[in-house]
Amino acid sequence: MKTKTIIHLVIGSAAVLLLGQCNKPVSDAAASDSADGAALGGQSAVSDDVSQKDIVKVAGGSPAHTTLVAAVKAAELVDVLSNAGPFTVFAPTNEAFDKLPKGTVETLLKPENKDKLADILQYHVLIGGYPEDKFTDGRTIGTASGGSVKISLKDGKVIINDSAAIIGTVTASNGLVHVVDAVLLPPQ
Amino acid sequence: MKPNPRPAATVLLALAAAVLATSCKPKSIIQKVESGTAEKVYVAPGRKDEMYNFVSGGFSGNVAVYGLPSGRLFRQIPVFSAHTESGWGYSEETKAMLETSQGYEPWDDQHHLALSQTKGEHDGRWVFANANNTPRVARISTETFRTEEILEVPNSSGNHSSPFITENSEYIVAGTRFAYPLDDEGANPDVPISSFKENFKSVFSMISVAPETGRMKVAFQIIVPGIDMDLARAGKGKSHGWMFFSCYNSELAHTLLEVNASQKDKDFIGAINWKKCEEYIKAGKGRKSRNKHLHHVWNEEIQTTESTVEEEVVMLDPAELPGILYFMPCPKSPHGCDTDPTGSYIVGSGKLAALIPVFSFDKIQATIAAKDYEGDFHGIPVLKYESVLHGEVKKPGLGPLHTEFDGKGFAYTSMFVTSEIVKWNIETLQVVDRSPTFYSVGHMTIAGGSTAKPHGKYAIAYNKITKDRYLPTGPELTQSAQLYDISGDKIKLLLDFPTVGEPHYAEAIPADLIAPRSRKIYKLEENKHPHATKSEKDVKVLREGNVVHVYMTAIRSHLAPDNIEGIKVGDEVYFHVTNLEQDWDVPHGFAIKGGRTSELLIMPGETVTLKWTPKRVGISPFYCTDFCSALHQEMQGYARVSPADSDVPIRYGIGDTAPK
Repeated sequence: MKTKTIIHLVIGSAAVLLLGQCNKPVSDAAASDSADGAALGGQSAVSDDVSQKDIVKVAGGSPAHTTLVAAVKAAELVDVLSNAGPFTVFAPTNEAFDKLPKGTVETLLKPENKDKLADILQYHVLIGGYPEDKFTDGRTIGTASGGSVKISLKDGKVIINDSAAIIGTVTASNGLVHVVDAVLLPPQ
Repeated sequence: MKPNPRPAATVLLALAAAVLATSCKPKSIIQKVESGTAEKVYVAPGRKDEMYNFVSGGFSGNVAVYGLPSGRLFRQIPVFSAHTESGWGYSEETKAMLETSQGYEPWDDQHHLALSQTKGEHDGRWVFANANNTPRVARISTETFRTEEILEVPNSSGNHSSPFITENSEYIVAGTRFAYPLDDEGANPDVPISSFKENFKSVFSMISVAPETGRMKVAFQIIVPGIDMDLARAGKGKSHGWMFFSCYNSELAHTLLEVNASQKDKDFIGAINWKKCEEYIKAGKGRKSRNKHLHHVWNEEIQTTESTVEEEVVMLDPAELPGILYFMPCPKSPHGCDTDPTGSYIVGSGKLAALIPVFSFDKIQATIAAKDYEGDFHGIPVLKYESVLHGEVKKPGLGPLHTEFDGKGFAYTSMFVTSEIVKWNIETLQVVDRSPTFYSVGHMTIAGGSTAKPHGKYAIAYNKITKDRYLPTGPELTQSAQLYDISGDKIKLLLDFPTVGEPHYAEAIPADLIAPRSRKIYKLEENKHPHATKSEKDVKVLREGNVVHVYMTAIRSHLAPDNIEGIKVGDEVYFHVTNLEQDWDVPHGFAIKGGRTSELLIMPGETVTLKWTPKRVGISPFYCTDFCSALHQEMQGYARVSPADSDVPIRYGIGDTAPK
């Protein structure tokens, strides 16, 4: 409970900042910038300071998920996760990424590994809203990458692929973010 | 002990700010387009569009007609929703169109359209439409742009998998989305919801279309296990005689389908051999189900809806009658189910799948012949996936929904989650191009893209969510369409345009297949409406007990009679208004103060009736509501309403004959 409370608070507070900094409406001037070749935004570029945060904004506001956010950007999944969804995202913390063999993250973030990175990240995404209490022991669920994850329940915790535990949950406008303590690796 | 968040939060906020500062690069949602794009969609004043785009209206219940490439809205055709603008569902002549076996339904949810076909090609005669909520199908005339027929579909709920058409318009179809206990007489629909697996069924209806008149009839129904049928497409060419449909919820869940109907790796595409069904019916193998359903046909001669109550339908049970239904496993809750122009391939689009399976009709036939089954699903053979598969499009994008074809060997699939249209080669299954839609795209269409001979040139995406794409209009934003040029190798976005209601499936057809036959007027001499008044000399007001019939005419710029007395509180007054004009695009309107109903819009040469039950003593003005002429504003009159027990006689007229 304690962990979850802190996560809520952190994300809530960070979101306030995020708004101040990031969500400036795209002015006409910016529009002509775009014609000059600035990044073309999809649904993530929607100017909206009022609605509940979507998954991308929730993750973007969490200091515990900077690696994940960088990876989502590198894999060009920002717009996808801003979509109506609903999604259930297993969001590994920075610590979870740190548990991978040294150099793994750096390698994956290289442009030539974009597809592989996208595949790994999509393996963390379920299409559909799965609150923690809807996970049943032994169920396999297909992920956006095509591979499936296996759910198990141990000591009141939801464990994915026998390796990653859900340690907190944040509700976003377009789904749920389950914070997990390990990175899931799709079957080869 | 409560955790004190403050110190931690301060640190974290600082951290967050640092993170954000690096990630704040403003993006634009404005698409960079090639120069010359505007000219491709600009239809100069006075010039006409190249194509009609008939677009389903979703929760508007009606159908909208746009021009392509301009995206200009021409008309809303009222179908399943009452429409105050035209009097549809309010006038005495059209009220019956919205009657069902459970009474008057003023609204429905209109999802898909099918243009009539001959030899697999658009013939431009009719537009068919489905009603999802209270299962019905409708036929719209492309001469008058008016709904001419509505048929209720019995033993069905959630008529989503409809009205997809066969290549000579032999049939349109109606597949159940919400399995439920069939309600034919003798059945017991009052069962616990938890008895879903035993009692709930789905039904796939084949609705015949008469070749000359277009008249529809529920020809037969196939009983299907209680899956949710989603979309369908007829075979064509070599696969003519077969109908394919997608379905989800093979888990047979009855609650929280979001979670419970996504458990299996594969659901099904169903393959129906409808010619085999016809043989069984001829051989008397069908079971008659008694089930009242209403059938409404517009009789143009008398300009009135004629309704009949159909009493029974013939049902076929594929578990008992081999060879009429097979299932093909299809990954992850398939939505789209589309046959290519040659009829050789069937494309399933699993909305939760990371690939698009393409099935081969030849392999399906071989697999059936070899009885190469994986097993069965509630007695229906399930063909082996690998045996019927032409191949899979790998990693096309996320959330594949619908596929259309350009007739040049390419398929185009809309992707909801990755918001894009993906072009791929049907033979090689290689993705060759993709284009973002920015919105969450739902259906897409290519002009003629569902037929054996696509017109090509344009693809249109129909989108669900248009955040920040147009000027804001409060919490709800316009739904929209996007027009793409697909004439070259690359897909090019040309135009965004707003739509009415929520667009689902749509079709586009070259204007020259429809425009030359478009009706201009109804000939007055052919008007056999029982209450028509074909000359101003014949106007009259007749009392029959407490019913008053007003035989009224409208012509530029007066109504006759325009002074009416002798109406009493409690009377049932019928204004039968005939538009005497014989001139294109000169409708007259009619409304009366306190009418408690919609206006009437009366086309040239037509008679339409407004029912009025005045509640208050006094004078009620009435007038023409459709600006018709320089003296439209003068086109008005008065009805005097007297107390119920008064003895004011019926008197009426205009000019010198008006009551003094």
